[in-house]
Amino acid sequence: MRNLFAVVALGGVYSFCMALALLALDAVDVSMTEASVGAGVSTVLLLGTLYLTHSHEAPALKFSAGPLVAALATGALLLYGAWGLPPFGEAVAPIHQHVVPRYLNDVIAETGVPNVVTAVLASYRGYDTLGETSVIFTAGIGVLILLQGRLRENDKEILVGSMHQETIPRVVIKLILPFILLFALYVFYHGESGPGGGFQAGVILAASVILYGLIYGLSAARRVAPMRLLEILIPLGVFIYGAVGVAGLIFGGNYLDYFVLDKNAVHGQERGIFWVETGVFVTVAATMTAIYYAFSGRGR
Amino acid sequence: MAWIMDGVSWALIAAGGFFCVVGAFGIIRMPDLYTRMHASGVIDPFGVSLILIGLMFQAGFTLVTAKLAVLVIVLLFTSPVACHALGRAALHRGLKPKLAEKDGEPSNK
Repeated sequence: MRNLFAVVALGGVYSFCMALALLALDAVDVSMTEASVGAGVSTVLLLGTLYLTHSHEAPALKFSAGPLVAALATGALLLYGAWGLPPFGEAVAPIHQHVVPRYLNDVIAETGVPNVVTAVLASYRGYDTLGETSVIFTAGIGVLILLQGRLRENDKEILVGSMHQETIPRVVIKLILPFILLFALYVFYHGESGPGGGFQAGVILAASVILYGLIYGLSAARRVAPMRLLEILIPLGVFIYGAVGVAGLIFGGNYLDYFVLDKNAVHGQERGIFWVETGVFVTVAATMTAIYYAFSGRGR
Repeated sequence: MAWIMDGVSWALIAAGGFFCVVGAFGIIRMPDLYTRMHASGVIDPFGVSLILIGLMFQAGFTLVTAKLAVLVIVLLFTSPVACHALGRAALHRGLKPKLAEKDGEPSNK
């Protein structure tokens, strides 16, 4: 398969199939994230990159067997290791004896949040989510450092990829965009009782800005969400997350201890989870939008 | 009364499935990009919407029905736009549709 456009399209199809598989496994939160990031934003970014390069992969100079052997060997080792794991969902697997009952039984009593995934992500495994948010932040910074130089030069109207003349998409998207924004807020606020949370909401918000930029041009999108604002928002999310941890310290508990944030311990958990999810939401939305600006701001 | 609702929802889901199959068949068998998109444009508005409306009958008058109705409306709006954008992009790129008669001749002789 040498046509890169077809490869990008197939990548989007693959992401979508993975989202369906995750849905079949009852992991709706992850499925939502995979569908929006993998099949949505990633495909847009890759297509934007494709615009700058040739559309056919250059033929390899010579066929080297080394990478193929390494890939096959690693795959074989992984399969061998996976063979030793207990079958999926079996009741005597270690996680079902120990960790899962604790989460499923105690999550309402300890945190008051019905969505176990959000509770695990934001409270039980809060440190890991802090690391994830920092990773997103670092990735965004990395992309901006690499591509920022070009951004400042292009102040003229960038109509690259603008479909302003196309009436039907423009009218319908203008109708749909407010609902997409509302849906992003809905997914964020209802992350506690249904599938959703900070990541998904951030990606949906960024996708709505990207959609606006696709129809009305990059300059219009930059007027709506200027780069200055994004530069403030990207670290702000990580800062909020860390600040919640420090607030735990100030009120007398451990770092990222939510129990001390309120007189009622369970309310403290809910408050901590809410602010932590806000931090994640802000960082993810701002980073995705900034990456999109950086990628599509490089005119040919 | 319940079996009427069940029967109607069964009929709608079956019709939706039929349209999905027709659309999939059309994508494979049609000769040209534009005709293939015409076939695939049938799947989302007709197929999926009919299935969702059939599911609405299954759910009764609950919140799920309202959410499904919103889904149907959103799908009816966005999927034809996507097909149209694809066709427009292809035309813009220069892909000419495959016509039955030669270029330049009137279609009715």
